[in-house]
Amino acid sequence: MLDKITILGGLDKNGMPEKIGRIEIAAGEVLAVVGPTGSGKTQLISDIEQYAEEETLTGRSVLVSNQLVNKNRDRRSMRYLMAQVSQNMNFVIDMSVEEFLLMHAQIRGIRESARTIEEVLAITNHLSGEPVTFSTNLTQLSGGQSRALMVADVAVISNAPVVLIDEIENAGIDRLQALEILKGQGKIVLVVSHDPTLMLMAGQRVVMKNGGMNKIYLTTPKEKRILEDLVRVEKRVAGLRERLRRGESIGLGDNSEGDSEKEG
Amino acid sequence: MRFVIVAGTPSSGKTSVMVHTIRHLLRSDLAVAACKIDCLQTSDDARYRRLGIPVAVGLSDYICPDHFYVANLEEIEAWAMDQKADVLVLETAGLCHRCAPAVYGCLSVCVIDNLVGVDTPRKVGPMLSSADIVVITKGDIISQAEREVFRHKVEVENPQARILDFNGLTGQGALALKNEILNSRALAGISGRELRNSMPAASCSYCAGETIVGKDYQMGIIKKVDFGRGN
Repeated sequence: MLDKITILGGLDKNGMPEKIGRIEIAAGEVLAVVGPTGSGKTQLISDIEQYAEEETLTGRSVLVSNQLVNKNRDRRSMRYLMAQVSQNMNFVIDMSVEEFLLMHAQIRGIRESARTIEEVLAITNHLSGEPVTFSTNLTQLSGGQSRALMVADVAVISNAPVVLIDEIENAGIDRLQALEILKGQGKIVLVVSHDPTLMLMAGQRVVMKNGGMNKIYLTTPKEKRILEDLVRVEKRVAGLRERLRRGESIGLGDNSEGDSEKEG
Repeated sequence: MRFVIVAGTPSSGKTSVMVHTIRHLLRSDLAVAACKIDCLQTSDDARYRRLGIPVAVGLSDYICPDHFYVANLEEIEAWAMDQKADVLVLETAGLCHRCAPAVYGCLSVCVIDNLVGVDTPRKVGPMLSSADIVVITKGDIISQAEREVFRHKVEVENPQARILDFNGLTGQGALALKNEILNSRALAGISGRELRNSMPAASCSYCAGETIVGKDYQMGIIKKVDFGRGN
């Protein structure tokens, strides 16, 4: 039903036309949104979220499958088109994980809700360090557990064709896995990030400057090789982190490199 | 003149929502007047004044604010007409969950935030269920899942309403609300129009300033708790 999203450029903060006049993101693709703080990354996401039609501050338009979204007609069917995960989000409902997931699954019309919420819990525990159980109260989850549950819920229950991700690198979860899970099957993913690994995992990245889309790059084969290096380094860091968290002392004896690969 | 009535739960961001929306209306060269009805005091008028628009304040003081609101609708309309307003924004506070300010022919907006809990849409009652537009705020700080659950609970209470997500800090959603206001019909006059929900009786001695507790001090329409119920 949704094969691509197109962003048509508007104006930057000086009222000059954006250097990049058109960006297309097809189903199954990831676009990274990069740039310094205040460069307009969040506004770009916001334009997409409200299907801008030249009427926001930037004057951008957003096309869904080549068409402007008629916001007045058919709006009920539009409401589950996008899902968002950001670092600022929290759970505020006083309810157990199980009760809440069942409620959400039921509202979204999922039939085999018992099996679905098992899947959500499995993904959650795959992403976060300390295991979450069904009986845990939502408000008692740690920051990392909450973010992991949000990602799992967005991937499985919300299951929107477009996913907007805002700076989840500091969330205390395996963000590379999280991105893979959210990409899922044929989703359109936009990632706002300051993290080089996440930027290079995207097929293309738009560089924001002074409120405008300033440059667009396709990730090159050379960058992909650099990404592999980064992922290797990260695995090693992750291995060290795990060992330190388990209470091991590193840098002693024959394993002085702290080589995580030896642990499998 | 379009007559927009705004109500909502306390601290849901009614004024922030309307300030952002009025900015967009002003950008479209529409004249806007704002009136705030409150109970004992308000500072919201200052926020409306910063927009450079005419602002009026009505404090109900010792009168039930809902009754005070209805009793002043004609006067508020006349004042806004004098200001040559194209759009009148009337924000009411202090509504108990029994009352709803919606009037047939006016555009009725209910503002509620995502943090009040999933059972609250049901408790809010006619203020929400008789609104034309329900604005849901503070969605940026809760999870996607909770937003979807909360929105569903609102839809159950008011299936006809247009539901808008709104970020009161950034103003995201203000354009959609502006468009709803532009698409609404102008009101030919408030006189003779009908409240969508009746207001409860409020004509006891406490309405008139009585402060002492006890049967001897109670006059007028008095209703007592039925302790047989639920026991």
